[in-house]
Amino acid sequence: MFRIKIPRYWRHKDFRYRLNAWRCNHCGEVHFFKPLVCRKCRSREFNQVSLPDTGKLLAYTVVRSPPEGFEAQSPYIVGIVELDDGTRILSQITDCHPEELKKGMRVEATLRKIREDDEDKIIAYCYKFRPTV
Amino acid sequence: MSRVYIAGVGLTKVDEHWWISLENLMTEASIKALDDAGLSRIDSIYVGSMLSLILQEQGHLGALLAEELGLSGIPAMAVEAATASGSAAVYAGAREIESGRADAVLVVGVDKMSDGMAEEVAAAMTSSERQEYTGFIGATFYSINALIYNLYMDKYGVSQEKIALFPVLCHEHSVNVPHAQYPFKIKLETVLNSPYVSEPLRRFETTAIADGAAALVLVNEETARKLDSPKTELLIEASTDYLTPFQREDPLWFPAVQLATSRALSRAKLERRDIKILEVFDATSIMAILSLESSGFAERGKAWQLLEKGELSLSGSIPCNTFGGLKARGHPAGATSVYQIAELHLQLTNRAGKNQVDSARAGLAQSLGAVASTAFVTILKEV
Repeated sequence: MFRIKIPRYWRHKDFRYRLNAWRCNHCGEVHFFKPLVCRKCRSREFNQVSLPDTGKLLAYTVVRSPPEGFEAQSPYIVGIVELDDGTRILSQITDCHPEELKKGMRVEATLRKIREDDEDKIIAYCYKFRPTV
Repeated sequence: MSRVYIAGVGLTKVDEHWWISLENLMTEASIKALDDAGLSRIDSIYVGSMLSLILQEQGHLGALLAEELGLSGIPAMAVEAATASGSAAVYAGAREIESGRADAVLVVGVDKMSDGMAEEVAAAMTSSERQEYTGFIGATFYSINALIYNLYMDKYGVSQEKIALFPVLCHEHSVNVPHAQYPFKIKLETVLNSPYVSEPLRRFETTAIADGAAALVLVNEETARKLDSPKTELLIEASTDYLTPFQREDPLWFPAVQLATSRALSRAKLERRDIKILEVFDATSIMAILSLESSGFAERGKAWQLLEKGELSLSGSIPCNTFGGLKARGHPAGATSVYQIAELHLQLTNRAGKNQVDSARAGLAQSLGAVASTAFVTILKEV
């Protein structure tokens, strides 16, 4: 039985809906989730930034042994995307079959359903990337 | 600082033990280790487990094991470092002996994955990743390995046929191992024809659902002298890294493995060439390859050459995973790293049976949490 806990889900929606993240004021390291200390330079000062919503696909694979909560979607594609500012982000790749994908191809962010609560049927959304047309 | 010795080891067979409980598994390994050492009293217990809180909803393994052993009253606790949890327990136990606070410590690694459904186990295994990021989008440990695998083949121009030799090696070594989960040989074609778990990673390049417990009795120098059991000296070092490899400078390099290896070698006053047996953490074939390279036992992009030349075989220059490794001995998550260390101990005390490697005086085990977000490196020396 897969459940979604609302406060836990909502506190990260800025990143998941809009790719809003934090950039370290000192070294520029990007943190997806609200940091208190920069993992790279230990600075404590950050600016909120909107990450680019386009980039290129560095590598991709297909998940065939899904974890709980993803059974209905399997098989699905997971890829590593290098955004136009150089940030690498792990994401589901959607709107295509694996055989249509090529390493290095342009991709863009889109907002999609990521999973559903088994009892209350609450839907969780997240960024996914798709080939740019 | 007191030196640390292993005075006893205990292993259960790695298997799907449907009729044996988590408690009985860890107790069985503990009794065997205590009997092997010839000790009935110890000062403390450390248990390493990754999944018991999730799959059995069982915490508090320290007090639980003390009770099962009739040792309630002594300090006992669990420590966790994902799939390296067993090593974390060894680390805690070793540091307690080094500090002079304990003469003898029992260290146990345990996990029982067959109590979970496949999807539950897959979800539980992602607990070692950043859940709000990796787990939230359904990226599994294997899919992250698959992405790294792709990047590796692209960067170094190495084909899957070369990397997939690793599981073949492991199965060659497990044939005569009574505690191995899969004691049989496999062919390269079997690996390459097995179904995809996550392209290009194939089923036979990964591990399966496994239950197991392994235990060590660690003692100080004075206690070691009083005991008749075969002993080795143990040194353990550790390092950590970001949870997601793609946030690191280079996802194809494990700085934690490099650091922990250098620290352990320098403390043991040994060079890489002094290490004659190796245990690497082959949770997947590609993890084994990257561990060999990051620890300096192979050049970058060239670990496959060691496989192809037979250097890692029992008769090679640096036999690796001599009891089958994670692939063939089995990978019961938090228990695995204690198996690795116990197996090195059996080798160095000439109790490795048909797999005995000649003239090894020191061995090294690498134990990893997730994709090398934690690395423990243990060196055992003949005494």
